[in-house]
Amino acid sequence: MISVPEHITLSQGAGGRDMQRLLDDVIYQYLDPLSLQRDDAATFALNSLAQSGDRLAFTTDTYTVSPLRFRGGDIGALAVNGTVNDLACSGAIPRFLSLSLIIEEGFALEELRFYLQSLQQAAHSAEVTIVTGDTKVMPRGAIDGLVINTSGLGVIPSDRQPGIDRLKTGDTVIVSGFIGDHGTAILGARSDLQLDIDVTSDCKAITPLTELLFAHGGVRFVRDATRGGLAAVLNEIASSSQQGVRVRETAIPVRPAVRSTCELLGFDPLSLANEGTFVAVLAADTAGSALEELRRHPHGLHATAIGEITDRRPGKVELESAFGATRLLDMPRGELLPRIC
Amino acid sequence: MCLGIPAQVKTISNEAAKLGIVEIAGVRREINLACVCKDAQSPTELVGCWVLVHVGFAMALIDEAEAELTLTLLNELGELQAETQGARL
Amino acid sequence: MSTISNTEEGLRYLDEFRDPALARQLLETLHDQCDRLSQQRQKPLQIMEVCGGHTHSIFRYGLHDLLPDSIELVHGPGCPVCVLPKGVIDDCLRIATAPDTILASFGDALRVPGAKKSLLQARAEGADVRVVYSPLDALNLARQHPDKTVVFFALGFETTLPATALALQQARASSVDNFLVYSNHITILATIRAILQSPDMRLDGFLGPGHACMIIGTEVFRFVPERFGIPFVVAGFEPLDILQSITMIVNQHLNRAPALENQYTRVVRDHGNAVALQAITEVFEVRESFEWRGLGAIDQSGLRLRAAYRAFDAEHCFDLGQQKIPDPSHCQCGEVLKGVLKPSQCKLYSNQCTPEQPQGALMVSSEGACAAYYNYGVPRDQCA
Repeated sequence: MISVPEHITLSQGAGGRDMQRLLDDVIYQYLDPLSLQRDDAATFALNSLAQSGDRLAFTTDTYTVSPLRFRGGDIGALAVNGTVNDLACSGAIPRFLSLSLIIEEGFALEELRFYLQSLQQAAHSAEVTIVTGDTKVMPRGAIDGLVINTSGLGVIPSDRQPGIDRLKTGDTVIVSGFIGDHGTAILGARSDLQLDIDVTSDCKAITPLTELLFAHGGVRFVRDATRGGLAAVLNEIASSSQQGVRVRETAIPVRPAVRSTCELLGFDPLSLANEGTFVAVLAADTAGSALEELRRHPHGLHATAIGEITDRRPGKVELESAFGATRLLDMPRGELLPRIC
Repeated sequence: MCLGIPAQVKTISNEAAKLGIVEIAGVRREINLACVCKDAQSPTELVGCWVLVHVGFAMALIDEAEAELTLTLLNELGELQAETQGARL
Repeated sequence: MSTISNTEEGLRYLDEFRDPALARQLLETLHDQCDRLSQQRQKPLQIMEVCGGHTHSIFRYGLHDLLPDSIELVHGPGCPVCVLPKGVIDDCLRIATAPDTILASFGDALRVPGAKKSLLQARAEGADVRVVYSPLDALNLARQHPDKTVVFFALGFETTLPATALALQQARASSVDNFLVYSNHITILATIRAILQSPDMRLDGFLGPGHACMIIGTEVFRFVPERFGIPFVVAGFEPLDILQSITMIVNQHLNRAPALENQYTRVVRDHGNAVALQAITEVFEVRESFEWRGLGAIDQSGLRLRAAYRAFDAEHCFDLGQQKIPDPSHCQCGEVLKGVLKPSQCKLYSNQCTPEQPQGALMVSSEGACAAYYNYGVPRDQCA
């Protein structure tokens, strides 16, 4: 029997026998054989989906990260959790994922196996099934190692109606844990900065916590704080709802190592990415008990209220400093570049 | 201007080149200690010291006694202020 | 509503100087001082914070809103990125697009627009522009790429100068022959002198540049109180440092005794850092004049490599025109830099000039006064 070469070749993306061997001997090994539908399309029975809700949620995202591995995660886990989390924010129970791999020619097979395994584990723990997929190989230099696209399908239970239009003045804004961990872990993994940072990415599915919240009730809106971090999400909430958001800076949980990384490079923790931390807007009268419930879960120990929805500055995010002064928190701009001054 | 961050020297990574590892709350980096090494001094004497880091160099030793003094002064100012406030009531 | 502490442990020498309770007490002291001062003078005290780092802290903690009305902060020229002339960026673009050449730059400079584009845009179009954290990282790039020429875009005030000087000394000692430096280093000392000599200047005190002074010491600024009668307090960058320094300036006014004082004693010594100064002197010499964006040419404010380092000097290896590209004529950066106008009083502020589309120098870097105003949501001053 001919074994699969140690490095990915262009012919493995060409649809012939080499590709079939890559699929059979490598990729399918990491997917659930019972659920993987090798036909042109995955099919679902509507009535079984309809038992858990009355609407479907459908989302897609493409994952590219440099480096591919970092403390606490890698592109495989990211590609599952990111899409699962987008579904979870809409109130959906995530069910199925598609998986598209775009691999650079010459990529080490062992590396690919590592990311597939990580992907498999993440899918298992988020209770989603990969049902369809695609594999392409691009010439060396055309992409940076490995790019993954996942699309996700979930079912929204009929009693869940989160939406930005449901926000009311006085609602409580919470964050589910420490912010900036993922962005900091990536900075620590980048060889050019030569930083050794004791921070692990928060890369994980948020479903255990969002399920607790939806079961508890009073949820107006949920959004995971990915690229652009907390600052971007709060600004999106303010501008989409045309309400004001007022946040107390001292209430926002930030780890010391995230703060010191930011001091060193001139970044703002509020603009750093997260991959398993979310912002939720809750009805004020339910927020206290909801937070208590979140904090009983190991992922929610640091969940905390950081502010509220106001009618003072519609469309704007106000940040109250430790000294009692108020400033506006703007939308982060573009690529984060380390500063010296 | 000129971001400068206090960090503690943990180890000397290259004595001849005067390079050392500094740490700030769980973040470590190799930096150049030449500007805080006097000619006679071995960089190993710097282990445990706090330095001010700018663009990968330790640009000053932080004077712990002076830092304490500034804080004491600030605290005294604060107490004095509290007393004057009290006296006015 | 309960909140958890946002620190497991603190950042030493930073968090102690950010204590909100102490800050409140200091502010009360300052308000009392200013009440007493108001019996002596009507006009508010105009205090210039020299550094962009001070400006940044002032806005980050909202200090400008908490100060007494009789303290007016004037945001100084201490942002080396903001004051770079556009022509310099065009020089860098020329370097970055030269064959087999890598331009290494601090991240700060990448967004600064040249005549047509920024380094960030040039990178997207294929120029080899790398962000470095330290001049030593640029030198290491040269070692890793012996087949390329690595040009380090050196900028910054006295604080950053020793780093470039030491990197050049290393390059020479180890004969790295593919490493060049394009020096755009400037000195804050010459600039403060120029501001003091400007006819429309009317300042009542300086918050001195703490980190530049850790290199050059405090004594070099003694002429400010002695010749110009203006208080000069070398200040740290944390909110308590800034507040304490302001109280020191107000005290000097109350006692009618302008002086040179050092608030930042934990870092700054009277005579600076001898090793760093020696490295600077060995590598650099003063230019007769250097063009600042927004302020024009300032005598003896720029530094270039000495003849001994000619082989490492990008100015000798590339045709760097230093061509002048003026800012739009309606730009009022110069007035803002001298404290004649507030950023929000400039005609362009927040409508034609924003951090995304900066027209003038001070909107360019996040340390620039206009960018700080904009980022922290200061509205346009409609009366202007």
